[in-house]
Amino acid sequence: MMKHTLSRRRLLGAGSALVGMSLAGCASTASGPSIGRVVVIGGGFGGSTAAHYIKLWGGNVDVTLVERNASFVSCPMSNLVLGGYKQMGEITKGYQGLKALGVKVVQGEVTAIDAAGKKVRLADGTQLAYDRLVVSPGVDFMNEAVAGLATPAAQGKFLHSWKAGPQTVALRNQLTDMRDGGVVAISIPKAPYRCPPGPYERACMVAAYLKEHKPKSKVLVLDGNPEIVSKKGLFEKAFKDRYSGILEYRGNAELKEVDARNSVAKLEFEDVKADVINVIPPQRAGDLARSAGLINANNRWVNVNWQTMESTAAAGIHVLGDATMSAPAMPKSGHMANQHAKVAAAAIINQLQGLPVNATPVVMNTCYSFVSQTEVVHVASVHQYNAEQKTFLAVPGSGGVSAVANVLEGRYALSWADNIWADMLRA
Amino acid sequence: MRFIRFLAVAFLALASNWATAQIDLNLARNLAATCANCHGTTGQAVGKDVKSLAGLPAANIASLMAAYKAGAIPNTTIMHQIAKGYTDDQIKLIAGYFADQKPAK
Repeated sequence: MMKHTLSRRRLLGAGSALVGMSLAGCASTASGPSIGRVVVIGGGFGGSTAAHYIKLWGGNVDVTLVERNASFVSCPMSNLVLGGYKQMGEITKGYQGLKALGVKVVQGEVTAIDAAGKKVRLADGTQLAYDRLVVSPGVDFMNEAVAGLATPAAQGKFLHSWKAGPQTVALRNQLTDMRDGGVVAISIPKAPYRCPPGPYERACMVAAYLKEHKPKSKVLVLDGNPEIVSKKGLFEKAFKDRYSGILEYRGNAELKEVDARNSVAKLEFEDVKADVINVIPPQRAGDLARSAGLINANNRWVNVNWQTMESTAAAGIHVLGDATMSAPAMPKSGHMANQHAKVAAAAIINQLQGLPVNATPVVMNTCYSFVSQTEVVHVASVHQYNAEQKTFLAVPGSGGVSAVANVLEGRYALSWADNIWADMLRA
Repeated sequence: MRFIRFLAVAFLALASNWATAQIDLNLARNLAATCANCHGTTGQAVGKDVKSLAGLPAANIASLMAAYKAGAIPNTTIMHQIAKGYTDDQIKLIAGYFADQKPAK
């Protein structure tokens, strides 16, 4: 009898209370049954952010992050280490913040992904079962594209330093060991590559160091592209106004071959002898993407469904960051990988709950580059999902670059680093 | 029977309400998360150089963004370029989300 007196309104009211409870439940991280198991491979900008946000937003999800290194070393800000303006300790962060949130962090190397069996195998034999998998493998290098670069000896001499860590320290040591009057060559691959403005920032940081400490030395920028790929006018101005006489820029200077014995970089029509040759090789999606059969764009990158970041090659596997075949005008950047991760996190939580995914995701990018120890230039863009074209498109009229290099944005750049590191690692 | 049918209808209505409510809430959350790289997770910024947005009145955030979008803020470095990438409705959702967050310590 009582039940019959329940009005529809009362019933809905009770329902709203339930909704309130379930939403409050999202904020908790420990109680209640798990809604699923997510394994995240790669603890960089993409993977760490994904692990963080799946836990933050999903609550009772079992999240395991697999990363080969004990701590994270940031590529953004690593050029400051080359210039001597930052120490490695300032760009190195631990995974303790994610652990404290309840993410299981496993240091290890993934050797195989079993997409059909939904399992990941690690080098030590451990198997991790998942309901959904996130792969954020970054890039690996196409050393075979440069003759003479395939050997460990050549790679030990011609450092890429395009993954921050031991190579950052080693290149810094090559610079400090170099005689005054030496030549540093920086080779930039044809786009697309990780961090479009990064090589030009690096050229500025190396030039700033030489200008101060070894003023008879030179930086030679050998760009495989016809012209500066990002923030062109701003970098041209920095090269001319700040580093004239020290820095020389050459476009259409693609590296064909390296000669380790004579320390020579060979271009199409010219051989360049230099004391230090920093070779940033052409890149493709990381090795794991290749071995897992995820690469399906130009034999280099991974195509994804941009509403979920799910690979078009394998169901249930979400791929983030530099490894993806970029949408139009979308840079391969740590900032963008972090944004990819949030699209994936939202989608994965909904998918685990059987809910529709967000049909209208938005991502944005900001890249700050140092042109001197304190002055910075930015490029920014906002990308909205376009249902018709099924991709992200930059919003016309939005985004842009700095009017001029300035110290205020130097402070913003450092603040950006602190905030994005916290946003990915809670550290 | 009629009662059971009523219950079924009521629960369907409930389920769809619930789904809609959650998607709308998540849309604001998802949009606001695009700001976190600079303004901190849930708008709680690290450091003093960039503004924390958590706990600010929604109307203040929305009107500031509108002013950025209109190019009405002098000497800005980047926000005028970013604001133009979001629709007015998206800005409203973002502002509402940050207003509901606990202010940074």
